[in-house]
Amino acid sequence: MSAQTLADSREAEATGSRLGRRLAAFLLLAAIVALIAVTPFLPNYYIRVVNSLLIYVLLGIGLNIVIGYAGLLDLGFVAFYAVGAYTYGLLASPQLGLHLPILVILPIAAAIGAITGILLGMPVLRLRGDYLAIVTLGFGEIIRILLNNLDDLTGGPRGIFGIDKASILGVSIARPGEIFWLLVVTVFIVGTLVWRLERSILGKAWAAIREDQDAAKGVGINTTNVKLAAFAISATIGSIAGVIFAASQRFVSPESFTLQESVLIVLMIVIGGMGNILGVFVGASILILLPEVLREFAEWRILFLGLLMVTLIIIRPAGIVPRTLGPVRLVKVLFGK
Amino acid sequence: MVGHFVQQTVNALTIGSIYALIALGYTMVYGVLKMINFAHGEMFMLGAYAAFLALSLMVGDVGSAGALALTVAFFAAVLATGFVGVGIERLAYKPLRSSTRIAPMLSSLGVSLALVAAIQILAGPQPRAFPSFFPNERFEFFGGSLTTIQIGILIASFILMGGLQILVTKTRIGIVVRAVSESRATAQLLGINVNRSISMVFFVGPLLGAAGGILYASYYGVMTPTMGAVVGLKAFTAAILGGIGSIPGAMLGAFILAAVEVAGTALLPIVSFGTLGTEYRDVLAFAILILVLLFRPAGILGEPVSEESMVYKREF
Repeated sequence: MSAQTLADSREAEATGSRLGRRLAAFLLLAAIVALIAVTPFLPNYYIRVVNSLLIYVLLGIGLNIVIGYAGLLDLGFVAFYAVGAYTYGLLASPQLGLHLPILVILPIAAAIGAITGILLGMPVLRLRGDYLAIVTLGFGEIIRILLNNLDDLTGGPRGIFGIDKASILGVSIARPGEIFWLLVVTVFIVGTLVWRLERSILGKAWAAIREDQDAAKGVGINTTNVKLAAFAISATIGSIAGVIFAASQRFVSPESFTLQESVLIVLMIVIGGMGNILGVFVGASILILLPEVLREFAEWRILFLGLLMVTLIIIRPAGIVPRTLGPVRLVKVLFGK
Repeated sequence: MVGHFVQQTVNALTIGSIYALIALGYTMVYGVLKMINFAHGEMFMLGAYAAFLALSLMVGDVGSAGALALTVAFFAAVLATGFVGVGIERLAYKPLRSSTRIAPMLSSLGVSLALVAAIQILAGPQPRAFPSFFPNERFEFFGGSLTTIQIGILIASFILMGGLQILVTKTRIGIVVRAVSESRATAQLLGINVNRSISMVFFVGPLLGAAGGILYASYYGVMTPTMGAVVGLKAFTAAILGGIGSIPGAMLGAFILAAVEVAGTALLPIVSFGTLGTEYRDVLAFAILILVLLFRPAGILGEPVSEESMVYKREF
C-alpha cells in the first residue's frame, strides 16, 4: 500500500469516526428529548422518581460551583436546601398564616439562600481543605438541630404540614407531571446560566483559585469576593431546589436534611466527574436511580450503595465523565466546529 | 452542691475517657495519612456488636456471662475489630493512596454506610440490651455517687491510653509509625516498611475504638447499629479540639468536650431561663468545633500549621 493511499484511508477513517461520534451524539440528544417527552405520560411513581432525580441534579449543579469550580469542599450543602424548603413551608402554609404564591416566594428564598451562603462563607474563608469540610459539616448539623428544636417556628421534628399547592399564573403545579415541567424548565435555565458562568471571567477566577490560590491572588484576583460569590450562587441554587422540593412534597421535616443528604450530593459530583454539568447528571442518575431499581432488596440496597461508592471511587477517582467532556464539547460534536 | 459537682465531674471523666479512646483513632490516622476516616465511628459500633457476638457464642445467654467469658469476649472483640480495620484499609483506602485527598475520605464514607447496613441486616436495626462488663455497685463519694461501671471504664481506658503512649514513644513500632507520619517519603528512603506501619495504625486505632464501643454500650446498657455516627462525630470534634495528629491533644480535647457537654446539659436550661433545653447540647459541641477551627485551626496542642500545608493544590 502506498503512502498516499494509507494517508487517504486514515483520513477516511477519521471522517468516519467523526461522523460516527456525531451520529452517536445526535442519537443521545434524541433519546434525551424523547425521554423528556415521554416522562409526563408515565405512571405517577416513575414521574416522582424522575422528579427527585431532577431535584438532585439541581442540587448537584449548585454544589458543583463550590466543589468542582472553586475547589472548596462543602459538606453542609443540605443547609441551603433546608433554607429554601422551610422558606416555602413557612410562607405558604397555615404555619404563619401566610399563603404567598410561589413566584413571590422564589425570589425571597433565593435571597435568603444567598445571604445564608455569604454568612457561612465569610467566617470560613480563611480555612481550606479538611478544615473547611468539617466546619461546613458542623454548620449543616447546626441548621438541622435548630430546625428540629425551634418548635414554634418550624414545627420541630414533626415538620410543617399542609403546605399550599403551588400555582404559577393560574396554572396549578401540584401533580407530579406538573412539577416535572417546573423542574425541567428550572434545570434548563439554571444549568445554562451556570454553564455560561463557568466560561465567564468569574468562572475563570474560580478555576484559578482551585488550581493555585496564591498565584490567583498574585495576578490580582480578589479571592475573598470570588469565593463569596461561589458560596452565594451555590446557596441560591440549593435554596431554589428546596422551594421546589417543598412544593412537590407539600410537607417538610428535618429528616430530609441530614448529613447523609449532603454526602449523597457530594458523591454525585465526585462519581459523575467534578466541575462538569454532564457529570452531575450521570452521578445523580447512578445514585438516585440505582436505589430505586434495588428497592425490592430493601435492606440490602444501602449496603450495595456503600460498596458501589467505594468501588467507583477506586476505579475512577476522577469521576466517570472527564472534565473536558462538557457541554462545549458536546455542542462541537453535534454541530461541527 | 459539692456532691452535685463531684457527680458531674465523674460523669464527665467517664464519657471523656470513652471519647478519648475513639479520638485517638482519628488522630493517628490523620497523623499518618492526612485523611479523615469517616468509617472510624463504625469501629466503635463494631466493637460492641463483636463483643456481643463473642459472648453469645460462648455462653448462649449473654445476660448470665461470667467474668472470664466477659474478659475473653472483650479481647476477642477488640482484636477482631483491629483486623477488620486493617482489612478495610487494604481494600478501600490503599488503592487510593496516590489519588486526590478527597477520594479516600469519600471511600471511608462508603465503608461507613456499608458497615452500618451490614450490621442492620445481620443483627436487626432495633436497639439491643447490652450486658454490663463490670459488676454494678454504687458508692457514696464526697456526696456524689460513683458506680463500679464508671470506675471500671476509667481504669480500662486509662490502661489502654497508657499502653498506647508507651507503644508510640518507647517501642520500635511506635518510632516507625512516628517517622512515617513525619514524612512518608523520607521514612521510605530509610528503609522503613511504610505499608506495615500504616497497617499498624489501622490495627491499633480500630482496636481502641472497639474498646470504647464496648465500654460505652455497657455504660448505657444498649447498642444500636447507628451508635457510631453521633459518638464518632463527637470524638472527631475532640480530636480537632486537642489538635488533630497529636495523641495527648486527642485525650485533652475529649475531656474538655465531655466537660463542656456535661456542664452544658446541666447549665443551659438554668442560664437561658428554660428557653434552651438539653437538646442544644449537640449544637454546643459543633459550635465549639467551629470556634476552635476559626481561631486556632491547629487545636489546643496541635503544632501551628502553615496555611500553605493545608491547601488542596490541584486536588479537585
